[in-house]
Amino acid sequence: MPIVRVENLHKSFGANAVLKGINLSVEPGEVVALIGRSGSGKSTMLRCLNGLETIAGGTIEIAGHKMSYRPAALRDLRRDVGIVFQSFNLFPHMSVLDNITLAPKLAKSVGKVEAEDLAMEMLRRVGLTEKAQAFPDQLSGGQQQRVAIARSLAMQPRVMLFDEVTSALDPELTGEVLVVLEQLAAEGMTMLLVTHEMEFAREVAATTIFMHQGLVHESGPSDQLFRNPQTPELKQFLGQSRAIH
Amino acid sequence: MIRNFSFSELPYLLQAAGATIGLTLMAMLIGGMAGLFLALGRVSLWPALRTLVSGYIATVQGVPVLILLFMAYYGIGRLGFDIPPILAAAFSLSIYASAYLGDIWRGAIQSVARQQWEASASLALSRSQQYRYIILPQAVRIALPPTVGFLVQLVKNTSVVSIVGVVELARAGQLINNATFQPFQVFVTVAALYFVICYPLSWVSRRLEARFNANRPS
Repeated sequence: MPIVRVENLHKSFGANAVLKGINLSVEPGEVVALIGRSGSGKSTMLRCLNGLETIAGGTIEIAGHKMSYRPAALRDLRRDVGIVFQSFNLFPHMSVLDNITLAPKLAKSVGKVEAEDLAMEMLRRVGLTEKAQAFPDQLSGGQQQRVAIARSLAMQPRVMLFDEVTSALDPELTGEVLVVLEQLAAEGMTMLLVTHEMEFAREVAATTIFMHQGLVHESGPSDQLFRNPQTPELKQFLGQSRAIH
Repeated sequence: MIRNFSFSELPYLLQAAGATIGLTLMAMLIGGMAGLFLALGRVSLWPALRTLVSGYIATVQGVPVLILLFMAYYGIGRLGFDIPPILAAAFSLSIYASAYLGDIWRGAIQSVARQQWEASASLALSRSQQYRYIILPQAVRIALPPTVGFLVQLVKNTSVVSIVGVVELARAGQLINNATFQPFQVFVTVAALYFVICYPLSWVSRRLEARFNANRPS
């Protein structure tokens, strides 16, 4: 049974239709890469999945929650669905440890000691235990993003969403973040990633979805999709990506 | 009998300066509490409340403190309540402070990055938890320099309450001048006392501003 199911999803910003009927289904433990040009709707799609964007039509079911915008229902959903953003969005006035323990304590009533143990375990997973007492502005971009991942994991989500998490990083810092994502994928986390890292999508994601003009234009096993794109749009897109990298 | 202005007047002036500080603190405390609710109302999810609050703020900001004072002192008197001048003074200064502080803090809350709301919402925090743990702590840092700056304005504006007979620093100066006819000496002393109260605040405000600007992520 799929853990994420999206049917006929529509979304507009004013008169501008961004998503025009997306269908999508993700199995537990599956890693799905969303690729496509800027403006193709891939980030908006991802943000719809945890209710950061409200939808105009269609249905979303994720981690056993049917999308509802009642505040309590949204909080229930978000306890099970984590998201990591392009711009890290750590809380600048809190130490790394407090950044990570805050949500489990407030939203899941985890005790202080237990939350701190959990946070240290998550920091171990992203290789940053020594930075527990540091503040976000004392960390490099790559380290901040790894803390953001640890913060999200501390909620023990069933699905993780990643919105271009390496796009704001200097090229030499993307590697350390991708390693963490790879390890998460290997551990069986269900993941949806919006990414411009084609190499990474190909190697780590079982499935790749190419979005074009608000629709799923082509999708399938990553290996096949990258080796043998069927549509001219995907061919052109992959050609351009290769030219850049 | 005309007496000479001398250092013997100083205890009286210092006592009056105490009244000025007391009035300022009272207006700051009451106006501050009201201001916090106004700021939160101004950014509330409920449009009617936002409109109501911005109407209040615009109205109060568009009226001189002196007129607020007259409305409190004479207006409430006409309603049949005998209100002592000091209460009318504290009341009108609180109203004045609430509107300005509400507006300063509204701006501070709104200047916390939108992504902080999104990140905390995505971690399943409720709206009140977002305010309590994420938004307000950051807004306070942003709001501190202009708030202290406003405090300086407030100290100086307490002088208007001398009109209804509250003896604070400005009124004390008038009274001494009436007895000594040495306005220059008297009011230079009064000015110096205002300066002694206000300058440290201005200094703190500038220091805070420099410190927070240096820390602000680019």
